[in-house]
Amino acid sequence: MKKLIVNRYRCGYCGACVAVCKFNANELVETYLEIYEDKCTLCQACVRTCPMNALEVVE
Amino acid sequence: MTDYDVVVVGAGPAGSIAAKTAAEKGLDVLLIEKRQEIGVPVRCAEGVSREGLEKFVNPDSKWIASEIENAEIISPSNHKVVLSAENAGNEVGYVLERKIFDRHLARLASKAGADVLTKTSAVSFKRENGTVKLGIRSMGEFSEITAKIVIGADGVESRVAKWAGIDTTLKLNEIESCVQYLMTNIDFDDDTTYFWVGRKYAPGGYIWLFPKGKDAANVGIGVMPSLAEKSAKWYLDRFIEEHFPDGEIVEVVVGGVPVKGAIDTAVADNVMLAGDAARHTDPITGGGIINAMSAGHHAAIAAYEAIEANDYSKEFLRKYDEKWKLDFGESLVRNKKLQEKMMRLDDPTLDRLAESLEGMPIEEMSVRRLAFELFKKHPRLLWDLREFIV
Repeated sequence: MKKLIVNRYRCGYCGACVAVCKFNANELVETYLEIYEDKCTLCQACVRTCPMNALEVVE
Repeated sequence: MTDYDVVVVGAGPAGSIAAKTAAEKGLDVLLIEKRQEIGVPVRCAEGVSREGLEKFVNPDSKWIASEIENAEIISPSNHKVVLSAENAGNEVGYVLERKIFDRHLARLASKAGADVLTKTSAVSFKRENGTVKLGIRSMGEFSEITAKIVIGADGVESRVAKWAGIDTTLKLNEIESCVQYLMTNIDFDDDTTYFWVGRKYAPGGYIWLFPKGKDAANVGIGVMPSLAEKSAKWYLDRFIEEHFPDGEIVEVVVGGVPVKGAIDTAVADNVMLAGDAARHTDPITGGGIINAMSAGHHAAIAAYEAIEANDYSKEFLRKYDEKWKLDFGESLVRNKKLQEKMMRLDDPTLDRLAESLEGMPIEEMSVRRLAFELFKKHPRLLWDLREFIV
């Protein structure tokens, strides 16, 4: 099963991924990016937007 | 449960100016910031116009890193056009030290009478009896407060907008994906900002160098996700390898800059959005500090008037929409259109334009001269851009 993961060692906690998610599937809590799998449709808008290439869809 | 007239979510320039202005009007104000330190981490290139800044605060050497006289625009084939700061757009007068500047603004809000809480997030939002019950998590402890008005200055990732039902979700051609390094061991003139344009460098954006004193500079990039094939960091690293191979990176800054242009409305019942949350950033330059401060000011005045009238409805708060649109909304609309046209220029066209202007003395560089050169070289392009240069 595919899912979105965040590389926390690479994430710059900028919130760009949150701004492009129309499904409210992520949230920046201070400097920690939460991903809500139940809401994520794997559209990958966040993956394309991340300045640091910290987001990835994996099996 | 604590009652406030106004709760401002987010202590960036929009939020702090909103809190300061509302407190000065005698309102009970709470300013909350989810991070433990105001101004950190920075998400900004830190450039700002002198005139815009001085409308709100007196410049202080504690938070002005550089004063800028010139802007150099560099085309893909290295043709250089030099403009004076005042002719180069409104983001190149001062380079700030945002870590200090943001704290200064929050302190002004506090001095004016606003309560300030850091490491405090808004975690829930419910309208009740004409007010808002806001769930707050402060250093791990949950509580509820009521607010007549909530000002969402919570940045590009705004939750307040979503709670309030204002759709500000950005499409992939409405955001600049940005990375910036604070670099030392590089050569630059410390009174000049540099902009490298063209798809070769930054698809849908540009690379900048903003001096921060004599021995360090912000070197950053914005790319548009709809056009970029790699991450912003990939493009910036490639550029630095080519241009500043001996440079040392002493800080990394990451950000998403909304370049949506003007949104229809930044208000809902009990709620106003300001700054990045309201997509108040200039679509051409990506600069947003001055618009954010202006929006915060307008929102606070509208909040005061709403509380005086005991009317927190969307209809009443539309006064705020009118104010920010009158102030800078038209420039957001205009610059979004211009940005869309500029996105279509390919690198050879940019090179030809820059080549035709290269070496021109700064004092002769004017919009009229630019228009003349454009007409000579590219009559069709001039026709496309006519509404912006006459």
